[in-house]
Amino acid sequence: MQSVVVENISKKYVVKKKATEALSDISFHVDKGEIFGIIGPDGAGKTTLFRILTTLLVADAGKAAVDGFDVVKDYKQIRNRAGYMPGKFSLYQDLSVQENLEFFAAIFNTTIQENYGLIKDIYQQIEPFRTRKAGQLSGGMKQKLALSCALIHKPSVLFLDEPTTGVDAVSRKEFWEMLHRLKREGITILVSTPYMDEASLCDRVALIQKGKILSIDTPKGVTKQFRKPLWAVKANEMYRLMMDIKTDPGVESCYPFGQYHHIVFKNPGDDKKRLEEIIQKGHFTNAEINNIEPNIEDCFMALMKE
Amino acid sequence: MKQFLIFVKKEWLHIWRDSRTLFILVWMPIVQIVLYGFALTNEVKNSTIAIFDQSKDAATTAISNEISASRYFKLVKNVHSYKEIEATFKQGKIRMAIVFPNNFSNDLLHSNHAQVQLIADASDPNTANTLTNYASSIISDYQQRLNNEQQLPYAINTQLRMLYNPELKGAYNFVPGVMALVLMLVCAMMTSIAIVKEKEMGTMEVILVSPLKPFLIIIAKTIPYLLVSVLNIASILLLSVYVLGVPITGNLWLLIWESILFTVTSLSVGILISNSAKTQQVAMFTSLMSLFLPTLLFSGFLFPVENMPLPLQVISNIVPAKWYYIIVKAVMIKGLGFSYVWKETLVLVGMTLLLLIISIRKFKTRLA
Repeated sequence: MQSVVVENISKKYVVKKKATEALSDISFHVDKGEIFGIIGPDGAGKTTLFRILTTLLVADAGKAAVDGFDVVKDYKQIRNRAGYMPGKFSLYQDLSVQENLEFFAAIFNTTIQENYGLIKDIYQQIEPFRTRKAGQLSGGMKQKLALSCALIHKPSVLFLDEPTTGVDAVSRKEFWEMLHRLKREGITILVSTPYMDEASLCDRVALIQKGKILSIDTPKGVTKQFRKPLWAVKANEMYRLMMDIKTDPGVESCYPFGQYHHIVFKNPGDDKKRLEEIIQKGHFTNAEINNIEPNIEDCFMALMKE
Repeated sequence: MKQFLIFVKKEWLHIWRDSRTLFILVWMPIVQIVLYGFALTNEVKNSTIAIFDQSKDAATTAISNEISASRYFKLVKNVHSYKEIEATFKQGKIRMAIVFPNNFSNDLLHSNHAQVQLIADASDPNTANTLTNYASSIISDYQQRLNNEQQLPYAINTQLRMLYNPELKGAYNFVPGVMALVLMLVCAMMTSIAIVKEKEMGTMEVILVSPLKPFLIIIAKTIPYLLVSVLNIASILLLSVYVLGVPITGNLWLLIWESILFTVTSLSVGILISNSAKTQQVAMFTSLMSLFLPTLLFSGFLFPVENMPLPLQVISNIVPAKWYYIIVKAVMIKGLGFSYVWKETLVLVGMTLLLLIISIRKFKTRLA
């Protein structure tokens, strides 16, 4: 069964009589119990998509359904069964941790006790601070509380809009572990993130850019689309190295990636020889050339160019 | 029901935890009542006068003494020429001058006819009128006492009786008006930020994606503010009675229930503003700007509505404070019962229901 179905959704914003297309003709579907990642940079249209699916916005064109309910016609049903965690921290800062959770349990006509099992792992970590005001929590704890509040009514579909933005690396890792535990409970999870490294933690991802979907596949499938060999090069003078490589007309793309530059050639063949030539000509030292497996970010960069 | 109760509790915690705002909400009406109660008045007290007495006989001395002994007037100068009177007016030292001609007592007793001139500073016509009236009545008082001693064949005595407010205290007129003004402003301002705050903080986004119904949200938001308002009503009534000296002639409970009704109307006005405003500042500003002047002008306590052009009279009917002002005057000052104010009460009930229905209808169940 498909938890989320999106068909040809488009949405425009009109600001000062100038229309900006936030989403144009987007279609995808999410299976039950799947972790589906929406990966894209800021301004790609991720939040708009989430707001349409959570019935907060109405699309200009297209159809969408959550759990079989139309997002426009049956919005009341969706509001009973969807869990939503907006990108901006949206709990009551002047209420304590426990008061926030109690409030969200009650407005969904349930109690903390009833679904405690579902949030136990997450909530236990912030329970020592349950009398503390939500506004005084750290970033990671805020996210955990927000997730607890979004989960307290045992939603069948969970929408998480950039849940790990502004959260430290350890908390991010924990957060993803929690998502996998929730998946085992049978909850469908739609999660958006600007971090490419988190894509590999999803079952399937949609790469989105300027309101258009570039690719939908499993993380492995996305990287498989990358057919040309990818090279990582390192040397003593990185900036001059990049300039030199970019002057070669045979180079398709060259961009910095961590300590290396990632390079793709237009017509692969004697790639390594050509790189060695550039390094020799430029008298670089400590040079290192590796043929590497592409990751999601490499794919994203390649897809963006197309 | 549980949803509703937890929402009320949440709203109450917002108010309770924000102690600075709570402090303002409780103190603002007290300060306003005292301030407006004493400042907004057209009563004449201790007005400065000068006397130009050219005859200096028993009669003029008696009248002069009576005038300067009254609490309306304060004699600051005895002048000796018309020129001096004008000079004193120009210096701004006096608001009225009394001139007795030569042979005042003689004329009065022998030709039965004496004249007094009252010269008032009419740059403020109302005050000038009031002052000359007060002075005339003191003088005619004196005259009557004379008449009692010497029988005159024909005389018409006008007997004035000031009902409900025999001492002509300005507070009797102003306190009901100020009550209406203060309750309207405080209540509307309180709720005007209630909904828009959730929009600004982003919490509206989460609340909307829940099964909460709009009318539940709106009613739950007004209730805690209603509790604060009841406190305000109590403090306003206590101040009116014990500080401003306006007694509650009618039924106290009737007055309290009518005040609560008006409070709910005001809270509903605030909710409506909050519904359509984009930011908290806009909401505060709208409620202040759109309520202060109409309440002040059209409630009838500063300017009688009957004197206004017809279109303005029609407009005044949609100002809730007008009806509350009528009710308070009737119950508090005149001591009338419910049977005399049921029409006004019905108007307020109708307004409240209408405002709430519009708010619920206009409540956006989506973000845009």
